[in-house]
Amino acid sequence: MSTTQQDTAPDDSREVPEDLKGLSQGALVRKRFLGHTGAIVSLVVLTLVVLLAITSVGLGPWHGWWQYRWTQTPVLMDGGRPTLQLFPFSLGEHPFGQDSVGRDYFAMTMRGTQISLAVTAMVGLISALIGVVIGAFSGYFRGWLETVLMRFTDMVIIVPVLLVGAVIAYNAGGGVLILGVLLGLTTWTGMARLVRGDFLTLREREFVDAARLAGASDRRIIFKHILPNAVGVITVNATLLMSSAILLETSLSYLGFGITPPDTSLGRLISDNQAAFSTRPWLFWFPGMFIVIICLCINFIGDGLRDAFDPRQRKISTRRVRETVPAAGAVVAGAAPYGRFEGTAARPDGPSDGDVGPSDGTGA
Amino acid sequence: MTSYVLRRLGVSLLILLGASFLVYQLVAISGDPLAEFRESNRPNREQLMEQRTALLNLDVPAPLRYFIWLSGAARCVVPGQCDLGRTLQGQEVTAALSSAIPTTLQLVAGATVLAIVIGISIGIVTALRQYSAFDYGVTFFTFLFFSLPVFWVAVLLKEFGAIRFNDFLADPVVPLPTVVGVGLVSGLVWAVVIGGSLRRRLLTFAVAAVVGGGVLWYLGATQWFRYPGLGPALVVVTGVGIAVGITTLLAGLQNRRALYSALITVGLGVVAMFALRPLLDRATLPLIVVLGVAAVAAGVLVGRLMGGYDYRQSMKVAGLTSFFVAALVMLDRMMISWPAYVRLVRGRPIATIGSETPNLSDDFWILGIDKFTHLVLPTAALLLISLASYTRYSRASMLEVMGQDYVRTARAKGLPERVVVVRHAFRNALIPLATIVAFDIGGLLGGAVITERVFSFKGMGQTFITGLTLQDPNPIMGVFLVVGITAVVFNLLADLAYSALDPRVRVKS
Repeated sequence: MSTTQQDTAPDDSREVPEDLKGLSQGALVRKRFLGHTGAIVSLVVLTLVVLLAITSVGLGPWHGWWQYRWTQTPVLMDGGRPTLQLFPFSLGEHPFGQDSVGRDYFAMTMRGTQISLAVTAMVGLISALIGVVIGAFSGYFRGWLETVLMRFTDMVIIVPVLLVGAVIAYNAGGGVLILGVLLGLTTWTGMARLVRGDFLTLREREFVDAARLAGASDRRIIFKHILPNAVGVITVNATLLMSSAILLETSLSYLGFGITPPDTSLGRLISDNQAAFSTRPWLFWFPGMFIVIICLCINFIGDGLRDAFDPRQRKISTRRVRETVPAAGAVVAGAAPYGRFEGTAARPDGPSDGDVGPSDGTGA
Repeated sequence: MTSYVLRRLGVSLLILLGASFLVYQLVAISGDPLAEFRESNRPNREQLMEQRTALLNLDVPAPLRYFIWLSGAARCVVPGQCDLGRTLQGQEVTAALSSAIPTTLQLVAGATVLAIVIGISIGIVTALRQYSAFDYGVTFFTFLFFSLPVFWVAVLLKEFGAIRFNDFLADPVVPLPTVVGVGLVSGLVWAVVIGGSLRRRLLTFAVAAVVGGGVLWYLGATQWFRYPGLGPALVVVTGVGIAVGITTLLAGLQNRRALYSALITVGLGVVAMFALRPLLDRATLPLIVVLGVAAVAAGVLVGRLMGGYDYRQSMKVAGLTSFFVAALVMLDRMMISWPAYVRLVRGRPIATIGSETPNLSDDFWILGIDKFTHLVLPTAALLLISLASYTRYSRASMLEVMGQDYVRTARAKGLPERVVVVRHAFRNALIPLATIVAFDIGGLLGGAVITERVFSFKGMGQTFITGLTLQDPNPIMGVFLVVGITAVVFNLLADLAYSALDPRVRVKS
């Protein structure tokens, strides 16, 4: 290390590096999330998919910019082959082709995407809400309330989701609203367990004692003091819940217990057209691709959120340490071969519970 | 401890009772078993309705009807006294279940075991190569597999894995672009997995590409796909590879005694391959099991006879090697029967539906191939979607462990990296996985509803879904009961295993 560098070192140390500045928790999280390329790309793609689905065939009374509706049956052209061209880009008359009776498959896929996304969002919101409330109450109050709530959770876990789907299909006829609500009512168990675990550790912390001594009510402690600290776990798990909810919805629709005609969803489209795979493969490819794209995006966003919220994820840059603390340079450099093992994830990735994962079982 | 287990069991029983009541009510409002008669205009409509009402006690309100069902189900405590009611066709639910459970187990057990083994291996390797190209690639693919709807994958597999592959088998010519493509992919994968300097990567890429493409070309040119077989040469080469691999992992190559005992086992295996040929031709399942056990025992014995101060390591290495070599020998024998099987099924070996060819009665090997060709696609579908979560879990767990102080201590005292990874880190990384594995095994009996449906397996999932569509309550309850009990029991086992494996965790007794 040369003397000139030694001389300039104090000047450098006065200038606090960008990532050591006093940032609020929210700003830190936002910064880390924006630095996660995969998550940002996924966010953009997902937004585009949502916009495409909503603007193309419209919502409610608005018809959107696409010329066909998913219920119309135009004349079948060229055996219903897709007219989508990538080079040079042109949509053509029926970009995703037509199904066997001539309905425009682009309109149908877009409508299916709308429905699947709506169900997903509802399931995510409702089950997150229930899970957080039940988890927070049982983790904070403990005692008999915890026992009752947790045994109730255990009970709901072994109720098969498919059965709930069948009940909806028989009684209510598979509307978006009812499907979303009832699936939300059965998939909150994983969230409740996670939130409870977080509350169990957080309620023993000093800041909770301090708040209690200052005379804060239980409600204030739960919502103002503990919940903000658990927001990372909740956000990440809610994202993963949504990615499994979209698979759940499509699976239910595939089995005939989800969305019922005349409306459609991505799973329903695949289910209706799987026999036509050898003759009209596009009927099978496009809805499947949309499911995969949506689910992949949500998963990557969840990954980005986890990285952003979990401070243990933070990589310690040995280069920066060496630059700011020249004397320690030798020591840090010596430890460098093991540097790659630092800052690791502690929480196992993926859905935390059997019944919300992309599982294929009866949900038990 | 005992009181903890008893209390947990008691609570579980109450949960099961509550859940079964809930499920029974849900089943009751999920459909009307009389619906098919209400719409029909058969003359004996009334009589049929009365019959079914009597069969299912439909004249009793559902909350009370539950207790009739429960009194039958409660008799299951005494073996052979079980009464879970009848299906709409009049079949006993217990009989339906006992034929469904083996089918489901065959399907799901294989996929789960494979997913656990492969998933954990990949997870560990990605953890050891964190932030490498391999790590990023695997992360991307796990997310992709997470996002695949299983019915979509299953239909794709049916099209490309069965229909197109069977077409290919009818005329097994590997086109040149495929050879080049497979070569490039294999080169890329190996270069990324092995890593190292740019020079080493390029070298790995070249070697793997040439070997991968070359092997495929050779197999195509020699009609291997029509008349597959390993032959003694390939058994020896693969066996030596296995021996070296296992020795490297478990004992380290500098432990010559372990290496030699593994190699001796491979030699013995090849000798046995010829000596036992007449016996293998008339094989039955018990004989295969006995031979397998004998092979492992022989390997262990070789290891013991090699001696040395750490003979246990040699025994372990030789025993494991012996097991794999025995599997190779079996595989070789099975491949000999392949052309005969292909003739039997008229040239379309990979099946798309069912769990076995109906009315097929032949020798052990043909039946074995039959099982394999029926199971390979559904297993692949299930494997693909369950692989992802194991990879993620084991990667996270391994990363956590590798950052612990005792791993640093192990390195600091000069242990070789192999010992640090295999003995200090890997074992501890497995502890949190034990819970997940136990939980998943508990869910095995639930079957795979969608996979079973797409591939027409008559397993538990299919029984459940058929019950739902036919609005037939008793089979639904039967499946629920079996699944619920196994889930609860394995949940308890998972907790006990955790506290047994990790002394820091204590059960509250």
